Amino acid sequence: MMDSLQELYQEVILDHNRRPRNFRAIATGVRQEGYNPLCGDRLVVYVSFADGMVSDVAFEGAGCAISKASASLMTEALRGTTVAVAQQVFADFHAMITSPPAEAARDLGKLTALAGVREFPTRVKCASLAWHAVKAALDGAAPAPVSTE
Amino acid sequence: MATASTAPVVTADAVERLRQEFPILSVRAHGHRLAYLDNAATTQKPREVVAAIASYYETANANVHRGVHLLSERATAAFESAREDVAAFFNAAHAHEIVFTRNATESINLVAQSWGGANLKAGDEVLISAMEHHSNIVPWQMACARTGAVLKVVPIDDHGTLDLEAFHRLLGPRTRIVAMTQLSNALGTVNPMAAIVAAAHAAGAVVLVDGAQAAYHMAVDVQALDVDFYVATGHKLYGPTGMGVLYGKTALLDAMPPFLGGGDMIASVTFEQSTWNVLPYKFEAGTPHIAGAVALGAGVRFIRRVGFDWITAHESALLAYATEAVQAVPGVRLIGTSPAKASILSFVMDDVHPHDIGTVVDRAGVAIRTGHHCAQPVMARFGVPATARASLAMYNTPEDVDQLVAALHQARTVFA
Repeated sequence: MMDSLQELYQEVILDHNRRPRNFRAIATGVRQEGYNPLCGDRLVVYVSFADGMVSDVAFEGAGCAISKASASLMTEALRGTTVAVAQQVFADFHAMITSPPAEAARDLGKLTALAGVREFPTRVKCASLAWHAVKAALDGAAPAPVSTE
Repeated sequence: MATASTAPVVTADAVERLRQEFPILSVRAHGHRLAYLDNAATTQKPREVVAAIASYYETANANVHRGVHLLSERATAAFESAREDVAAFFNAAHAHEIVFTRNATESINLVAQSWGGANLKAGDEVLISAMEHHSNIVPWQMACARTGAVLKVVPIDDHGTLDLEAFHRLLGPRTRIVAMTQLSNALGTVNPMAAIVAAAHAAGAVVLVDGAQAAYHMAVDVQALDVDFYVATGHKLYGPTGMGVLYGKTALLDAMPPFLGGGDMIASVTFEQSTWNVLPYKFEAGTPHIAGAVALGAGVRFIRRVGFDWITAHESALLAYATEAVQAVPGVRLIGTSPAKASILSFVMDDVHPHDIGTVVDRAGVAIRTGHHCAQPVMARFGVPATARASLAMYNTPEDVDQLVAALHQARTVFA
């Protein structure tokens, strides 16, 4: 396999694709749908808030390995953070998958597994699908579906 | 032809010689030989099509139908000669029955708006099929919304074959138009157009055939089919993007109001009233894509030179080879298994999303399409969000298929 492909499909990505974490609905949470018209993938992200914190975050839906793994890793990264920190993680993650490596210096821990996506411009939307949904929930936006287009 | 014909011999040498006419096929893709299997999206261009564009701009460029100078006469002659080429390609009775548009989508919109606006009334029915591309669904939905007509959809079975019994049942006294694809872009199904046209005419309906996919795989004779409207797109006919074709019978086109207003489509203009130009110019407002038309003419001449006997024999054999080879990959399920198929292999793979298949095979030099193929109702019918689609053209080889199959095995390994 070519290096960039190995970089994209790292073991952590493949693992989260096979066994997505927090793959469930939250009955009392904010429900935000994300839709990628390019491939037809649909994810639903659920977020619970308590005292300015993201108390729980989960997702459901069908998608490619990149979108599922990204959603799964996102739920782990944001759970238990403050809303302000979650907003910052969103911004840093977005920068990481869209900017050259030097400009996205902040270490995002396990999320750096998705850094390889920037070498695959057509897949950036897959990686950002769940994130745009969670961003809408964080912003308290009206729960209209968000689209990657 | 019912008469005995000698089947053309498709040798590897012949395919190799043909490939030499397509410079882009020697592009390296991520360090690999390019296996271009996304022909249903667009075909590659032979050298003479590319040369026709350059030659037009270098020797004949001017505006058409107006200048009295040398270049304008040359440009007009080249433009109208391309129309003759396209008319000959589809065996239209008259060149003025060929209207140049931007693409097949625009051709359908032209008919839906112009013919639909003049002929559809509340309660009338427009009959399409469940395997249509969005471009043969949405314009009719829009026409129905404007006129109060009702959209009816002929279902397909689990193989992706049109339900002919349902078609005959749905074809009724209120059916004004049947708009149907000749070859499904998402499934590869070939529809029995002659029977559909005959039944529709017997019911008093006109027929539009979406030939965007069919026209570069099989010989189309619009007179033999007796079809009322036939649409195609230039960039799949080995020609340029930005060129579409609408064939329409003279009497129908004559009776239709213009689609777009402006220059070239008028006979006379005063502030009180304008009168329309003759066919086909009534439907060609504004400066057309002259170089595109010239290049499309070169594209269809190229196809005729290779010949559909050869193309169909080659592509059918290759599709059979590809069907067997791809199906032998563990976990692969074909979407679209109609007995009447051409050129398209749509499939899904256990545990590997089509998008991931697309990325893995791309890195092995294989270009395929992944997604819903602008046919979301087809995806819904088969309960998949998307498929991977390999689609063939005249220059593809068993080697292209082998490269795809090797890459699919690789995808399985990655996601095992």
